[in-house]
Amino acid sequence: MTSHSSLHDTTMTMGATSAVALLLIALVWLAYLSGVWRTRRQKPWPWWRTLLFTAGCATLAVAFWPSLMHAAHQDVRMHMVVHLLLGMFAPLGLVFATPMTLLLRNLPSGGGRRLVRFLGTWPMRVLTHPVTAAILDIGGMYLLYMTSLYAHSLHTPWLSNVLHLHFVISGALFTWAIAGPDPAPHRPGWRTRMAVLFIAMAAHATLGKLLYAFGFPRGTGADIEELQQAAVWMYYWGDLAEAVLVAVLMLAWLRRRRRMARPAGAASDMRPS
Amino acid sequence: MAVQPPVAQDVRRTMIAAILLGIGFMAAIDEIIFHQLLAWHHFIDTGSTALALASDGILHTMELVLFIVGAFMMIELHGRRAQAPGYRGPGFLLGMGGFQTFDGIVDHKILGLHQVRYVEHVWLYDIAWIGAGLILLAIGWKLLQRARQGQATSQH
Repeated sequence: MTSHSSLHDTTMTMGATSAVALLLIALVWLAYLSGVWRTRRQKPWPWWRTLLFTAGCATLAVAFWPSLMHAAHQDVRMHMVVHLLLGMFAPLGLVFATPMTLLLRNLPSGGGRRLVRFLGTWPMRVLTHPVTAAILDIGGMYLLYMTSLYAHSLHTPWLSNVLHLHFVISGALFTWAIAGPDPAPHRPGWRTRMAVLFIAMAAHATLGKLLYAFGFPRGTGADIEELQQAAVWMYYWGDLAEAVLVAVLMLAWLRRRRRMARPAGAASDMRPS
Repeated sequence: MAVQPPVAQDVRRTMIAAILLGIGFMAAIDEIIFHQLLAWHHFIDTGSTALALASDGILHTMELVLFIVGAFMMIELHGRRAQAPGYRGPGFLLGMGGFQTFDGIVDHKILGLHQVRYVEHVWLYDIAWIGAGLILLAIGWKLLQRARQGQATSQH
């Protein structure tokens, strides 16, 4: 097979991937909207949650847009933009739109109970633990960029599709495990989640510097300047998405402290501390 | 005569929050002005070891997280009117000066992550960099003494 025809194949496959991805995104978005519409007579669903979900879906759609996908295939900097959109920014919108809560509202009570029981089984609890989520998310990035996996994915359409899916799922899983607003009875405490978030952020920042200093990912034929620009974008834009997670955890801390302060203030005459 | 401070003032937490904000503010100045706008600093010197890169990654994350934590601590203190007014300035300056001095000595000289500027006589820049940190520390210390004596401007 000549290189020209394999390039043509890749282009065709990417077009198909784009079409399927955009269709799926549209279906998920419509499902969310219909869920909101069906239960509108119960407690009204906050409009900003719908807005967040729409923004998350729009971010995914931009990342899967054919022209951006082609550019990302040619240029490691554009790949990094797609990676940031799929793995870091889209999950913020999707997770903080609490799709699980909406799903539970729409399920009949038996189905809801089954879903909650399924999420409480030990394999699901291991999978959704913040440590597992961090290893899948950040560990996956080390594997992708520090080995030949990335270069390999450029010539292997199915691998490239799996990686895109992995970005979205592991990014959403990490965001949900650390700071997801959906009720989660088995989630570890605030301190554990803050500690895992800190370690994951430090590992992400270190990866950015490693890519820059040692010219990873290798075997792509990209200039060192392009690789370094991609690393710098990953470092600073990654910071922004992670800072949002820190702020959400701190907001939870602030609320809990204020809740605790109120009854304690009333009882302070009896129990001076 | 100085007005008696309200009983509920939380000096310790005000100091901690102000120091965290100072560290984060100085780190932000470093990233925005010296790395991005002036482009004096390199993102990282390519000769750095993986260990130096990891310690840089941890430090950078600490700056970012501590800044957000400091901001939320300040909001929480403000909400229950427990900020100790005379201690915010000194804490902020001590945080700024502490970070600047640490950055100048550990990051630039010991770990060798990057230099202040890539010119001849870089030691002149190093002296200015670390000197600026020490001056901020000295001013912060002086203001802290005044706050302890109840003489800070914001305490009247």
